[in-house]
Formats: sequence, structure tokens, C-alpha cells
Amino acid sequence: MIEDLADRLFAEIAISGAPGWPPGGAGASESWGRLAELGLPLALVPEEAGGPGLDLVEALELVRAAGRHALALPLAETMLANHILAEAGLPVAPGAATILCGGPQDQVSLRRAGSGWTLAGRAFRVPWASVAETLVVVAPGEAGPCVARLEAGAFTVEPGRNLAGEPRDAVLFDTELRAEQVRPAGRAGGPDVVRRRGAALRSLALAGALERVLALTVAYAGERSQFGKPIGRFQAVQQSLAEMAGHVAAGAAAAGGAAEAFAGADLLPIAAAKVRTGEAAGRAAAIAHQVHGAIGFTQEHILHRFTGRLWSWRDEFGDEAEWSLALGTQAVEAGPDGLWPLVTAA
Amino acid sequence: MTEVLNFPPPPAADVRSLRADVRAFLRDALSGRRPRDRARTWTGFDAEFSRELGRRGWIGMTWPKRYGGHERSALERYVVLEEMLAAGAPVAAHWISDRQSGPLLLKFGTEAQRTAILPRIAAGECFFCIGMSEPDVGSDLAAVRTRAVPVEGGFRINGTKLWTTYGHRSHYMILFCRTGSQEERQAGTSQFLIDLATPGISVRPVTDLSGESHFNEVVFTDVFVPSSALIGRLGGGWDQVMGELAFERSGPERFLSSFVLLPELLRSLGPEASERARIAAGRLVAHLVTLRRMSRSVAGLLERGENPALQAAVVKDLGAVFEQELPEIVRGLTSTEADLAAADDLASTLAHLVLNAPSFSLRGGTREILRGIIARGLGLR
Ligand SMILES: Cc1cc2nc3c(=O)[nH]c(=O)nc-3n(C[C@H](O)[C@H](O)[C@H](O)COP(=O)(O)OP(=O)(O)OC[C@H]3O[C@@H](n4cnc5c(N)ncnc54)[C@H](O)[C@@H]3O)c2cc1C
Repeated sequence: MIEDLADRLFAEIAISGAPGWPPGGAGASESWGRLAELGLPLALVPEEAGGPGLDLVEALELVRAAGRHALALPLAETMLANHILAEAGLPVAPGAATILCGGPQDQVSLRRAGSGWTLAGRAFRVPWASVAETLVVVAPGEAGPCVARLEAGAFTVEPGRNLAGEPRDAVLFDTELRAEQVRPAGRAGGPDVVRRRGAALRSLALAGALERVLALTVAYAGERSQFGKPIGRFQAVQQSLAEMAGHVAAGAAAAGGAAEAFAGADLLPIAAAKVRTGEAAGRAAAIAHQVHGAIGFTQEHILHRFTGRLWSWRDEFGDEAEWSLALGTQAVEAGPDGLWPLVTAA
Repeated sequence: MTEVLNFPPPPAADVRSLRADVRAFLRDALSGRRPRDRARTWTGFDAEFSRELGRRGWIGMTWPKRYGGHERSALERYVVLEEMLAAGAPVAAHWISDRQSGPLLLKFGTEAQRTAILPRIAAGECFFCIGMSEPDVGSDLAAVRTRAVPVEGGFRINGTKLWTTYGHRSHYMILFCRTGSQEERQAGTSQFLIDLATPGISVRPVTDLSGESHFNEVVFTDVFVPSSALIGRLGGGWDQVMGELAFERSGPERFLSSFVLLPELLRSLGPEASERARIAAGRLVAHLVTLRRMSRSVAGLLERGENPALQAAVVKDLGAVFEQELPEIVRGLTSTEADLAAADDLASTLAHLVLNAPSFSLRGGTREILRGIIARGLGLR
């Protein structure tokens, strides 16, 4: 299975200590090359567009696996960017690619200019923009949403980072595009659909990281001894870890629902997954740090690679409040008699 | 450790027409039933309602036809259960017999016990109660004291069971008791099929926080039962009762006990609900959707013959947190004063649930016991 293969590869990459990006980071491009060799960046691309034609739910397990290993490479972003390009009938990206998150402050305008287009705008917290060779912009157009494909050089980047040190950059563009660089979005959908799919990816990544944080914490509770016995033998610690396991299990299950909903970009399962994994992230990170004591509160210990991502990924592509609001609005519209049918349709 | 996280995707099956049938039936059958009464759902006793479900083939759904069952899938049964709970149908009379007593007899009962009892359960005519807890025996079930002593032709039983839900309105009890020495703990226990009309059994209702009487003290004084009342193996009670608990913990009633409050909340908020209220309600929907997925996953594992006792403990623990926080969140959003006697549906439903919520993390295994089971699943004990 592709997930097992990816698990082994990501583990090797993580163990080799390569922090991945930013460029110049030792071994980053070599690691990326290994992913590319296996065709992983094309995992969500159908066969006729040059991808492996995997079942989407299976392919999305790559993102969970990447989360499990805190893979410091823009794999999920490139997978999504290529998915959108392929759905819109544009050529897939040759290297690392990324997409806009569609946050409330992003501004994009796409206008006809002669036989081509003018694309202008600014976007914030764009994942891995500083290393992406291709930027995919989904813009509302006069006749429905369009997808534009920008090469490095056509946009400028103001670097930023998330709590785990991953690039989250502001991006500025004002550029002329040839007709063939822009296509109607088709099944790729508008910015709201991209945000949903991005949220599905982050749910899966969160689920992977949650799994690992639980494993690390359970293992540590078995190794660390105080008062003459492993701390995992104290009932107070056991109860905390059991609580954490519940959150992790719920996150994993919810993310599975998001993976199934990815193709149709269905709001309910994806929003539920982002809310549930986000909530699990906060609780699990807190318990993990409590159980690890002071050593977990250092950059020397591996835990922070995972908890840092939990704290950031829960905010990205919409936090719990944003997706809860979307769900709550659906519930209010469904009304008292429509609520249960809404829930059972998911 | 991975077992704790093993919630495979729920089996896909087309259950739309069954769901539509159940919904149509419930719409008629429950019309005019107030939310406060709906909130009782699987603690609401209505023998006539249970008989009607039996007539419709919605009890003992997965059992073999020769025992009065209907050989439907676990997922079809799940649909019926969740629709009943979401609508707040009064299903308590047959709930325990359908959920655990019947399946226990199916697995460990003698042929005579099965043929005598199972068809009557499936018909919605035969109700069971659970005889596990005692005055001094709660979480530590292996310390059970009620004792059955072998006598000519059977056993003589003495002891007291407590918290026996609907013991006063049931026909039978599955009794878990001691047949060996106290020191043997688990090994010295057995299960019996007790006809509650047997002389020497007295049942005294106990009143709960909200003033209702559903559970009881059941005292056994020199009660004689024939040898044929033994279920399974003499001394095999512990493994059997653990299997029974797996059934008891795995269903959708473990996260839907407060559900009827959620539509009432939406009714009270109306279409102009504030952003704050939508966020809070939406978060509850996210939890509900996730719990339901996990619970259906457990149903799928059961269907495949696996033993998801650990996953059931996870769902029950998370489910109780959800059921207990729901009334608290509704209070915070609506400033409703809980009042059992209020004409206002939200106020009376809220009152019922505030008074019942403490039991959600006690009955069927306490939060601490469930988390102990999960910790064992993680390899910590
Ligand atoms: C509404 C309701 C219906 C019920 N229906 C039935 C029924 O039909 N049949 C039946 O047999 N029983 C029934 N019960 C009883 C139920 O199974 C028991 O309440 C439950 O097993 C806990 O036992 P206890 O109440 O004696 O609490 P105890 O076991 O005395 O526990 C009290 C507290 O101590 C904690 N505790 C106990 N042991 C440990 C430990 N090892 N580690 C950490 N904490 C611990 C518990 O978690 C709890 O918080 C019902 C209970 C309720 C509330």
C-alpha cells in the first residue's frame, strides 16, 4: 500500500534529520527528489492527466502519514495544487507547488486583458510560497471561478513562519497571463471549495500528528520513572492519557470522514473533521506536554515538532470557530426538524 | 495501542428505505409527545410501544429467524436504534433485552432457554433487567456477593441487587452472582436466568434525582431456581458478563441521551441565531457527526465478528462528555432557567437533562473505569 511505503520513506527523511525546507536546508531538495521520484506530488491527479490514478481516499492517506512524521516538505500543498490544476485541465506543476488558503483577508482580482488576463492580488499565510515553483490561484471570474497557474517570478513573497517553523508567506502578484495559463475551474470549484479541500488535508495531517503525539507520550510514560516506578503506572497519568487517546481516536475517525468527502468537497464531514481534529489538537498537545515534563518544553526533544504543527495546523484553512460557524449556520437553516436528517446524511 | 485508534470506515449500505419507514412510523406514533418526555428516550417505558415495534420486526433484528429474529444486518439494526433515540421514542421496556440479554442467551443460553425466551423478546413481549450491581459492589464487579448455592435440583439464591433498571416492570433478570468462594473473585461467578415472579424475590423502587423511579433494589431471600436456569458454564460468569458489557457499551444510546435538546435549542434560537450561538451549535454538530461515525464503525466491527470492547469504551467515554456538556452549553446560550414543571419545552427538557446528566458517566461503567480500560489498551497497565 502506498501509505506503508510513504511511512517508511517519511520516517527515513525525518531520521536523516533533514529539516527539509527552506532551500539551503541540508538535504531538502534531495528529500523532495525522493518523493517526486515516487510520483507522490501527483497522488491526487487522475491517470489521464498524468497522475497515478489512485483512489482519492487512499491517496489522501499520504497526508496523514506526512503528519505522522512531521514531514517538513510541501507535499500536501503540492498534491492539492496539482489536483486543482488537473481538474481545470491545466498542466501539473513540475516541482513544489502551493495554493492560496482563501482566508478572509486575501484579495484576488482576475480580469480579461486582450487575448490574455491580468491577475492582481495579495494573499496571506500561503504555505511554502517561498519555495514553490508554481503558485495556483483560484479566482472568482465573471463566468464562474477560474484557475490561474503562476510560475516563480510572477509573484513576490514576504516570508513568514508558523509555530512549527514551516514557511507561511505573504504573497503579492500583479501580472499578465497568457490565455492558456487560466482555465475555468470546473470541478476544482471556487475559493471556498479550495478552502474546504485544504481543511480536509489539514484534518488528515492533524490526525497523523495526533497519532504520533499519543505514541510518543505513551512511550515516554513507560520510560520515565519517578518515585521508583514508570510514571505511566500512576493512575492520574493513565487517566490523562486515556482522555488524550479519546481525542486522538475521534480526530482520526473524523479525518477519515473528511477524506471520503474530499472528492465532493462536502461541507458537513469536512467542517466536522476540521473542528474535531482542531479541538483534539489543543487538548492532546496540552496533555502531551504535561506528561513529558520539562524535557518536552525544549527544542532538543522531538515532541515540539509535532505539537508545534498541531497548534498551527488547527488554525490553517479555517479554525474551529470558522468551521463551527459554517456547521451552525447549516443547522440553523435546517431547523429543529431538519437537524437529524442533516446529521444522518453525512 | 493501535487498537484504540482502530475505527475503520463504517460499512456502506443502502438503508434509505428502512430509515424512511422508521421515520414515517415515528412521526405518527410520537406526534404530540413533548420534548421533555422525548428526552427520556431509552429510559422511557411503554410496553405497548415495544409490542408495536415487535410487530414491525424492529426488535431482535439480527437474530436467526428460528428464534423469532429477522436476520437483518447490524447496520440495519443501528438505523432503527438511532432513529428511535433521535426521535425520543420510549424504548426502555425492550431496550435491555434487545441489546444484551437476548444476545447473551443466543450465545450462551441452552436451546430450551433460547426457544422459550427469544421469540417473546423479539415480539416485544418479554422484558429484562440487569442484575450486576449490589450495595457494596459497583465498579468492582468481581467482588459480587449475592450467592447461589447448589441444592437438590437447582440452586438457592440469597443477596441484594441494586440500581436494577426497570426491575419492577421486567419479566426476567440476568443475574450475575457468586457460585464459588469470595477469594476466587472472577473465577467463582456464574449467570442465571431469573423469572422475577419466583417466590422470595422482592423489588423496591428507588427514586432518582428528578423524582422518578426506574431503578430498584431487588432482594433475594432463599430463592430456589432449577438447574435449567444456569446460563452458560458454572463458574464461567465473568467472561460472559464481560461480553454482555461489550454489548451494553457499544450502542448509539451512549452519545444520544441528550440529543433532543439540540433541536429544541435550534427552535429557541430561531433563524436569526447569533454568530456566537451558531458557533456553539456547530461545534456540537461536529462532535455529533464524529461520534456517530465512530459508533457506526463499532457496529461494523461487531458485524464482522470482532470484539470492539476497547473501541466501545472510547465511544462511551467521549459520548458521555458530549451528553453532559450539551445541557451546559444550552444554558449558556439561552439563559433558560431549568424547570421541570415549566410549560416551556426548553426549560422542562433542560431540567430533565440537568438532573439526569450525572448518571451518564456512571451507568454502564464509570468514566474512570472506562479510562482505565483505555489505559490498559494503551499498554499502561
Ligand atoms: C441510572 C443508573 C442505572 C443503572 N442501572 C443498572 C442496572 O440496571 N443494573 C445494574 O447492575 N447496575 C445498574 N447501575 C449501576 C452502575 O453500573 C454503577 O453505578 C456503576 O457500575 C458504578 O458503581 P457505583 O455506583 O457503586 O460507584 P463506585 O464503584 O462506588 O464508584 C464511585 C466513584 O469511585 C470511582 N472509582 C471506583 N473504582 C475506581 C478505581 N479503581 N479507580 C478510579 N476510580 C474509581 C468511580 O469511577 C466513581 O467515580 C445503574 C446506575 C445508574 C446511575
